[in-house]
Amino acid sequence: MVASEISHSNHKNSKKVILQKTIAQFGEYLQLMGKTFQRPERMRMFMRQYTKEMNALGVGSIGIVLLISFFIGAVICIQMKVNVASPWMPRFVTGYTTREIMLLEFSSSIMCLILSGKVGSNIASELGTMRVTQQIDALEIMGVNSASFLVLPKILGLITIIPCLVIFSYAMGMIGAYATTFMDIITVDDLVYGFLHDFNQWYVWMGIIKSVFFAFIIASVSSYFGYSVKGGSLNVGKASTNAVVSSSVLILFADVFLTKILS
Amino acid sequence: MIQVKDLHKQFEDKEVLKGITADFNDGICNLIIGQSGAGKTVLMSCIVGLFRPTSGQILFDGRDMVQMHIKEWKMLRREVGMLFQGSALFDSMTVHENVRFPLDMFSTMSEKERNERAQFCLERVNLGEAGKKYPGEISGGMQKRAAIARAISLNPKYLFCDEPNSGLDPKTSLVIDELIHSITHEFNMTTIINTHDMNSVMGIGENIVFISEGRKAWQGSKDEIMTSTNERLNSFIFASDLFKKIKEEEMRGNS
Repeated sequence: MVASEISHSNHKNSKKVILQKTIAQFGEYLQLMGKTFQRPERMRMFMRQYTKEMNALGVGSIGIVLLISFFIGAVICIQMKVNVASPWMPRFVTGYTTREIMLLEFSSSIMCLILSGKVGSNIASELGTMRVTQQIDALEIMGVNSASFLVLPKILGLITIIPCLVIFSYAMGMIGAYATTFMDIITVDDLVYGFLHDFNQWYVWMGIIKSVFFAFIIASVSSYFGYSVKGGSLNVGKASTNAVVSSSVLILFADVFLTKILS
Repeated sequence: MIQVKDLHKQFEDKEVLKGITADFNDGICNLIIGQSGAGKTVLMSCIVGLFRPTSGQILFDGRDMVQMHIKEWKMLRREVGMLFQGSALFDSMTVHENVRFPLDMFSTMSEKERNERAQFCLERVNLGEAGKKYPGEISGGMQKRAAIARAISLNPKYLFCDEPNSGLDPKTSLVIDELIHSITHEFNMTTIINTHDMNSVMGIGENIVFISEGRKAWQGSKDEIMTSTNERLNSFIFASDLFKKIKEEEMRGNS
């Protein structure tokens, strides 16, 4: 067999292995979700975990959401005014496009991409550490459904809190854009007129609906990678990276389909 | 009483347990000993239900765990307490919350009763003052004691300890051994300890199962070890000079 044939055969085999691994992982993910979406053993304990996760994953992310939204809102406004607006366009176009970008993409999709980095790695490393230090085994031996006890509150907690973060992001983006008026880039009247021009309420709901799907992706995919860690602490780091990469890619894929369906 | 009958466990093409049959009695400390890689941890994992055996029976007072329905199995697990090698305390909870956790999950006690029971368990292991601390703030020995308190909080019938002395100094190891021994007798539990610490074997080994290459090679008490003629057991137990000397003195005393 010549070298090129060997290389072609190896390439084919590695593709097959990757495909098999992906299918096996998807199967494991579905199994975990099956184990997760079961009635909690104790509602009192579930509610305690649920509020704890909302606080840890959601409330703990408010700062970064507000900060990024403020600056991105300001930057979009400046870019629109400096690079897009022209004498042939209405003056309100800067405020209008800033609002549309924030509502349609930034506050839902891009914000969730950013959160997948923060929240996703947090979830994967927490569950991964619990796995390698046998804390998950301890739950199982006690007779606790560890997936339902640990993963379900994370998924529901993030799904509950993420629409609030999206709304905060909308508001902060607008405030960021408003802040550019102090830099004499745009007048307050033009900006506010642009914000209010041809407002479609559905765009707000679209962002919120999309964010709920993204929250599920972030929490469930990151939980899967953390929960299924095997080995030692090195693998916890790998799981954390895989969780962020996978949930980011899935968010991007889902964004395309959700935008098509909801538009 | 826990009985293991003809237990086999295979991982892909490697058979780790090759037909183990052993009895673990009530109210005493049953020890599983053997070299690293002999199959001790796999045997214990099968007994506690973390691994499903390839074949064989595991009887908890006559109830076959392998054949149990999932609901029955879950109920059985509430009769089991386990002390892990690394303690496995929940990092996000205080020591008191850790001990109270099984009660919160499964007992029908009021909050006051649960707190009292958790405090009683902590005091039983001499950790009454450490309840408000987090696992990361206490020493390894204290973590082991807290894990024992958590394991006994639901008053289990069966207690499993995986390498309870690993990472501990000899004095603290002795404290842990004595604690497990006294709790076992006090609450009449069936305790199974997985260890390769010879001090534990000689101190609390009331029923010892020696595993070698996935098979039970010997079973007896700590007193019978000294007079055993089992070559594998002798080469394992008396590998250290200290235990060689102890045996020589024992033999001299007998003659």
